Amino acid sequence: MSDTIHIHPGSVGHDVAHDDHHHGHHEQSFVTKYIFSQDHKTIGKQFLVTGIIWAVIGGLFSVLFRLQLGFPNQTFPILETFFGHWAEGGQIKPEFYYALITMHGTVLVFFVLTAGLSGTFANLLIPLQVGARDMASPFLNMLSYWFFFLASVVMLASLFIQTGPAAGGWTVYPPLSALHQASEGSKLGMDLWIVSMALFVVSALLGGLNYITTILNMRTKGMSMTRLPLTIWALFFTAVLGVLSFPVLLSGLILLLFDRNLGTSFYLSDIVVNGEILPNEGGSSILFQHLFWFLGHPEVYIILLPAMGMVSEILSVNSRKPIFGYMAMLGSLFAIAILAFLVWAHHMFVTGLNPFLGSVFVLLTLLIAVPSAIKVFNWLTTLWRGNIRLFPSTLFAIGFVSLFISGGLTGIFLGNSTIDIHLHDTMFVVAHFHIVMGVASMFGMFAGIYHWFPKMFGRNLNFTLGYIHFWVTIVGAYLIFWPMHYEGFAGMPRRYLDKSVWKSFNNFGDLDAMITIVSIIVFAVQLMFLFNFFYSIFKGRKVTNNNPWGSTTLEWTTPINPGHGNWTGEIPEVHRWAYDYGKDGREFIPQTEPVGANESKH
Amino acid sequence: MQTFFIVAILLLGFLITFQIAKASEYVSVIRGEEKAKRQTNKVNAFIMLAFLILGLIGVYYCNESLKGKILGEAASNHGKHIDTMLDITIALTGVVFIITQVLLFWFGYKYQESDKRKAFYYPHNNKLEVIWTVIPAIALTVLVGFGIFYWFKITGDAPANAMEVEITGSQFKWEFRYPGKDKTFGKKYYKKTTGDNPLGQIWEDGANRDDIYATGEPMHLVVNKPVRLVINAKDVIHDVGLIHFRMKMDAVPGTPTTMWFTPTKTTKDMAKETGNPDFVFEISCDQMCGKGHTNMRGEIIVETQEEYDVWMAKKESQYDKLFNKKQPATTPAPDTTKQTTSVTMSKPNH
Ligand code: HEM
Ligand SMILES: [Cu+2]
Ligand SMILES: [Cu+2]
Repeated sequence: MSDTIHIHPGSVGHDVAHDDHHHGHHEQSFVTKYIFSQDHKTIGKQFLVTGIIWAVIGGLFSVLFRLQLGFPNQTFPILETFFGHWAEGGQIKPEFYYALITMHGTVLVFFVLTAGLSGTFANLLIPLQVGARDMASPFLNMLSYWFFFLASVVMLASLFIQTGPAAGGWTVYPPLSALHQASEGSKLGMDLWIVSMALFVVSALLGGLNYITTILNMRTKGMSMTRLPLTIWALFFTAVLGVLSFPVLLSGLILLLFDRNLGTSFYLSDIVVNGEILPNEGGSSILFQHLFWFLGHPEVYIILLPAMGMVSEILSVNSRKPIFGYMAMLGSLFAIAILAFLVWAHHMFVTGLNPFLGSVFVLLTLLIAVPSAIKVFNWLTTLWRGNIRLFPSTLFAIGFVSLFISGGLTGIFLGNSTIDIHLHDTMFVVAHFHIVMGVASMFGMFAGIYHWFPKMFGRNLNFTLGYIHFWVTIVGAYLIFWPMHYEGFAGMPRRYLDKSVWKSFNNFGDLDAMITIVSIIVFAVQLMFLFNFFYSIFKGRKVTNNNPWGSTTLEWTTPINPGHGNWTGEIPEVHRWAYDYGKDGREFIPQTEPVGANESKH
Repeated sequence: MQTFFIVAILLLGFLITFQIAKASEYVSVIRGEEKAKRQTNKVNAFIMLAFLILGLIGVYYCNESLKGKILGEAASNHGKHIDTMLDITIALTGVVFIITQVLLFWFGYKYQESDKRKAFYYPHNNKLEVIWTVIPAIALTVLVGFGIFYWFKITGDAPANAMEVEITGSQFKWEFRYPGKDKTFGKKYYKKTTGDNPLGQIWEDGANRDDIYATGEPMHLVVNKPVRLVINAKDVIHDVGLIHFRMKMDAVPGTPTTMWFTPTKTTKDMAKETGNPDFVFEISCDQMCGKGHTNMRGEIIVETQEEYDVWMAKKESQYDKLFNKKQPATTPAPDTTKQTTSVTMSKPNH
C-alpha cells in the first residue's frame, strides 16, 4: 500500500494531483523509499538518525576523556579491555586522549550539529513550511545525504587504523597536523580526516544550494519572503553561510594535504622536528588559521542559527502569541550572517596578529553582540503576557535562551582582545563555546525534535520522559560548564589531561571529579531520550489531530502522515504571516486563511 | 564487578522511570488529557521558579567556593590592566545576566497557561526595539573603548630600557637565550641547528659570541624592569602562557613574535603574598602541540637587579662553552645561592 507518489525532478514545482489509491508505476520499492529516497522528509530523517549515531559516539568520547580529567590517578581496567594499547594499564594515554578530544570536537561540530541539525530540519521544514512538494532538486538532495554518509564512513574508519585518528584538535592547526613526525595522529589518521571533511564539504554545498534555491523559487502562492516563518529565514541564512565559507575550508585543507604529501610549503617554514631539519621555507602556518577560521567562525553560526529559528517558532506557538518584532528578528539574523564573516580573527588575537588589525576585529566582534541582544530581548517579550504551554519543546526553547544569554555574555569577555590575552586557550573558552554553541544548539535541536516529532513519525513522544530529560540536562549542563569558567580565570590551559606537574592548576581536583560524575549522568539521560525517541517511532501514541499544537504554519495542513508530495490535492495558498496567534480573540489563524474584512491591523 | 553493579543500577533506574512515564501517559488518557496537561504545566512552571532561585544561589555559592582558587593580584603592569578590564566586564555582564535570566524564568512561571488568561497580541513596538538596540550598543562601545585603550598599551612598543630574552618552544620543552653584554641577539638560521647548537646560532655573527643559552632551568627576570620576550618555535605552534603576569603569545615556527611586560613582584614577594614558600611563576604551553602538551612546563624567577647580576655573572655563553673550553675560571664556583637549585623542573614528556 503506497500512499506516496514519485515525483520527477522536473515536475516538482507543479501541482501534481495526488491519488491515494493509485498504484501502478508510482509504486516504490523499499530501497527507493527508505534508502535511496528522494523524499525530503525521508532524507531529513536519515540525517537525523545518522546524526544521533554520531552524537552517541561523540558523547561517549567525552565521557571517556572526562574520566581521565576527573580521576587522573585512577585506573579503569575496562578501558584496556576495550581499547588495548591506547589505554595500557587502564589509563588513557596522552595520544589517546588527544585523539578522543579531536574526534569529539570534529564529530559534534560537523557531523552532529551541522549535518544532524541543518540536515534534518532544513530538509524536513523547508518544503513543508514554504509550501513545496519537495526540494528544488531531490536528486542532489539525496546525494547530499550520501556524501555525508561517505564522510562518516571515512571518519569512522580512521578510528580503527593502527596509528589512530587525527589528534591535533578539531582545528587541526599545522605544522602539528602537517608533520608526520610530530604526532601519531598526524600520520594516516590526518589524511583520512581531510578526505572525510572534503566529502563533508561537498555534502554541505549540495544541501545548501538546494535549500537556498527552494526557499527563493518554490514558495507557494502568496508566500512572500516576509511571510516566511523565522525557521525558514534562519535555515536560509545558515545555508548562505555554509555555501560561502565551506569552500574556503576546503581550499585550506587541500593545501594542507599538499604540504603533508607533496612537499609543498604553504604552511611550513624553518622547522626542526625531533632533530630532523626540514627543507621547507617561506610558508606561514598562520595562513591556515585564517582560512580555517574564515569557515570556523561562520560555522558556529551555522550551528546556532537553525536553533534560533526553531526556538523563535516554538516560543511563539507555545506562548500563543506572535513572535515579538518579526522584522527585528529578521534584521538581526541578517546582521549576524554578515558579521559572521567579519570576525574570524578574534580566534587569533595572540598569534602575533597586527595589533591594529586586532582592534578592528574587537570592534566587529562586539558589534555582533548587538543583534544577539536584540534577539534575546525579543524572545523575552514574546513570553511576556503569553499563555505559555510548557511542553518539553517549550522548555528546551526556554533553556536555549538561558544558555544563549550565559554563553553570549562570556563571549563579550573573549571578544575583547585585552581580556582574551589572559583567557585565550584556557578552560574558560571550553566553557564558553560549550554553553553557547554546543549545549545551546543541542537544546534547539531537542526543542525541534519534540515539536516536529508528530510530523515526522505520526506518533507522540512520551512527555514525562521529556520533562525528566529537560530538567536533568539543563541542571547538568550548568553544573558541568559554569564552574569551568573559574578554571579558566585561574589560567588553566585547555587540552591538558593531567595537571599533576603544575603548581598553578592542580587545585581543582574535586571540581573536576564532580564535573565528570555529572557528565556521566547527563550522558545517561541522553540515552534515555534516545530510547524514548526510537520506542516512540514504533510504539508511541498515534497522533490523531493533524495540527496538534494549534500552529499557523503550512506543515500542519498536510495529512498526519504526508506522502511524497506532501499535500494531497493542491498546495494551499497563503494569505498572511505565520504569527497570527491570539489575534482578535482567536487562538490562532492559519496562514491559509484569507484576511477577513474587519480583521484588525497591526 | 563494580562497573557491573553501576550498569545494573542504571538500567534498573531507567526501567522504573520508563514504566512510570508510560503509566502517567495511560493515566492522563483516562483522567482526561486536558486536565493532566494543566497539572504537568503547573509542575513545570513551579520547577522553573525553583530552578531560577536555586540557580542564582548556586552561582553565588560557586563563586564563594572557587574565587579563592583563582589567581591573586596580577604580578605585572599589564596584568593589572587586564584584571581591571575583567572586573568591569564581570560587573556589567553580571547585571545583564541576572536581569535577563530572572525575566526569562519568571515569565515562564508567571505566564503559564491558564484558562483565565488570554495571550496578549503584541507583534511589535518600534520604540522598545530601538531602545534595546541602543543600550547594548552604548554599553559595548564603553567596553570596546576601554579594551582597545589597554590593548594598544599592552601591544605597543616596549620601553627603550627593556631587557630582552628569547624563548623557544619545541616538543616538549622551553629554551632560553639572553643577549649578553652587547644586548643584541646574534643571527640564527634553523639549518645550522645541531646537538651543540640547539638554536641554530650563526657563529660567524659576532653578536652571537656572548649570547647565553639555557634550558632545563628557570628564566631569570628583573623586578620592575620591562622585559621584551622574543618568541620562537622549532617544530609546531606552541604558546608562552604566563598566567601570573596575565600574558600570552603564540610561538610560531618561522615567524618570531614578541611581547613585553614589566614584572612587578619578585618570586619572594609572591611567596610571601600567597603564603606559599614554594611559589613559582610558571610558563605553560597554551597551544596544543602534541602528546606532551600537558606537561610542557617552564619556570620564571623574578628577582632584584643585584640577584640577577650575581646569577648572570656565573653564566657562560654557548660560544665559549663550545669553542673556548680551556678557561675553567668561568665555570661557576660551588653554588651558594640556594634559590635556583631548590626549583625542580618537570621532566619533559617523551
Ligand atoms: C556531555 C557533554 C559534553 C562534555 C562533558 C564535553 C566536554 C568537553 C571537554 C572537557 C572538552 C575540552 C577538552 C580539553 O580541551 O582538554 C571538550 C572539547 C570540545 N567539545 Fe565538548 N563536551 C560535551 C558536549 C559537546 C557538544 C554538544 C559539542 C558541540 C559543539 C562539543 C564540542 C566540543 C569542541 C568543539 C571541543 C574542542 C575540541 C578540541 O579541543 O579540539 N562538546 N568537550
Ligand atoms: Cu568566532
Ligand atoms: Cu603545547
